[in-house]
Amino acid sequence: MEGEELTPLHPNHVKALRLAAILAAIPPFIATLVIELAHVLPVPRGLALVPVLALLVWFVIRMPLRRHAARGYQMGADRLRVVRGLLWRKDTVVPFGRVQHIDVERGPIERYYGLATLVLHTAGTHNASVPLPGLAEADALEMREAIREKIRRDTL
Amino acid sequence: MSDPDGVSPVLDAAPLRTDPRGFLVRALTQLFQGAIPAVAAIIGTGGLALPVIAGVLIFGGALSFGVAWLQWRRLTYLTGADDIRVEKGLLSRSARSVPYERIQDVSIEQKWLPRLLGLAEVRFETGAGGKEEIALAYLSLPESERLRELVRERKEGPPSPAAAMAEPSPSAARAGGDVLFAMDDRRVAMFGLFEFSLVVFAVLLGVTQQFDFLFPFNIWEGDGWRTLVSGGEAGIEGLAHMGRVTLALAVAGSLLAVVLLGIVTGIARTFMREYGFLLERTARGFRRRRGLFSKTDVLMPVHRVQAALVRSGLIRRRFGWYALDFISLAQDGDKAEDHVIAPFAQLEEIWPLVRAAGIEPPGEGLEWHRPSHRPWLYDTLLNALLFTAVGIGVGVALASPFPPALGALAIAGAAIVNFIGWRRHRHAIDNRQIFSRTGSLSPRLALAPLVKLQSAEIAQSPLGRWGGYATVRLGLAGGKLDLHGLPLAQAKAVRDAAVEKIVAVDFSRLPG
Repeated sequence: MEGEELTPLHPNHVKALRLAAILAAIPPFIATLVIELAHVLPVPRGLALVPVLALLVWFVIRMPLRRHAARGYQMGADRLRVVRGLLWRKDTVVPFGRVQHIDVERGPIERYYGLATLVLHTAGTHNASVPLPGLAEADALEMREAIREKIRRDTL
Repeated sequence: MSDPDGVSPVLDAAPLRTDPRGFLVRALTQLFQGAIPAVAAIIGTGGLALPVIAGVLIFGGALSFGVAWLQWRRLTYLTGADDIRVEKGLLSRSARSVPYERIQDVSIEQKWLPRLLGLAEVRFETGAGGKEEIALAYLSLPESERLRELVRERKEGPPSPAAAMAEPSPSAARAGGDVLFAMDDRRVAMFGLFEFSLVVFAVLLGVTQQFDFLFPFNIWEGDGWRTLVSGGEAGIEGLAHMGRVTLALAVAGSLLAVVLLGIVTGIARTFMREYGFLLERTARGFRRRRGLFSKTDVLMPVHRVQAALVRSGLIRRRFGWYALDFISLAQDGDKAEDHVIAPFAQLEEIWPLVRAAGIEPPGEGLEWHRPSHRPWLYDTLLNALLFTAVGIGVGVALASPFPPALGALAIAGAAIVNFIGWRRHRHAIDNRQIFSRTGSLSPRLALAPLVKLQSAEIAQSPLGRWGGYATVRLGLAGGKLDLHGLPLAQAKAVRDAAVEKIVAVDFSRLPG
């Protein structure tokens, strides 16, 4: 199964990540702005604002792209492989035969972009729940049905 | 399962209450718990008038008894045809139903106070993890045994192949079971020797530090001793003439006393925990009884065993003493996660126990793989960097040569431990099981059947990607099984081999 291509996540996942990044960037941005305007630091104007702004722009523009590129999944006949992580890479395989239950979760940002997160739960202490975010909602539901179908067929 | 009224056919006609004597235990326990803060409060407020103290005590006592009585009144249980129901709660009632098939373990625990009254706490472990299980406190001992027997009988379903194989005569098993492992007093005492308690050592040192005002001088500085020995003002007459030898003897003597106390404490604690250790093979699984004051009686179904863990210690390993734990979803008491099966045994005693759980010990022909040396090397280098920086920094700040020297010692220590760690870590995989040996100073060997694994993951840190190694994390119900620092290709091979075995058997068809 190695060597097979990973299915990339939905392109809207980048937008969802970006929106989340923007929301996360607002508090530090405001804090830097206040520091700059109040002129607390004994440095020339702009010396605090510019590097922070550059970092935040990188965090909002570049980071979501890289995180999206680092993720992917591979739906097999009897297993789901989920790959994630930029610095700390994780490559998890969950056999359908060990899935206890399946969740499809939709947060507010995901709902806005028509995305969903598929979560597979196993009985293991490690990887008790393996999330796969950034799927189109219809795909997530379809995958859930497919996995359920396979579990049922195996059990019969 | 149940009819529309929500009432399943019942075995007991009416809901039962726990043993009335249990109310006494509860009240006394609450009284004890309440007494310490009460006394503290009385002392803290600077000593109130006697009537007030008496009033508080009487009120507190009445309150404990009242609450205990209400709790006892409001807790009922019912053993139905297919579940056990417990209803409890004073203001907010809760009703919990646990189907017999979901009960993995029934444990009977006797703490010292209930034991005096012939009572026990019965716990039904469901694998929901610690807090969510149901417990009945306190029941009379015969009633506890009856419940356990009932659960055993109600828990129908085909016995697992492993269990069937190892159960030649169910009648014999029912009549007490075959003894698999037992520890006599000598063994327990020997075990106690190795349980030499460093905690006691630390506590004693702490105490001497706390009470050093009792000594005529600061015992942590040589000057006081020297004055004492050389017969200064604080010196005791006669000591002065004895000189250095006496000093050395005194120090050695007190050290010896502390060590002796540590040994005695270790033996005493071990006796309290392990006294009368008895592991039996019964129709429903492994039954373990142990304890001096608090007796515990734990039952663990064979098919619930997810993995076996053989542990040892730095010193006891030299004498061939090992411990065997079984990993399962159910928990062993409140603290330990794994079920202690044999806490102190020789390897030749342990392997039959492992086999009894349907797990094969590592054979001769097994091919062991060593991990990459890089994670251990990187860790050593990072440690060296850190200790060098800190050592030199502090050394310069204090203008003292000691911090850098200590730093160098720490670096050497880390390097040695890492080297031993790298040498000791190894894993093997055959077509049924995975074996993982870990531990730098105290070795551990984990043995897990591949079909019992839940998932497989390859995790790589930034350093790992640089050095081309990864950690394989295998999902295990009730425990964890990580293989550290495997070269990436090997990690992938292990994961794929494990997954192939997992998908071959469906979870629902897993015995357990």
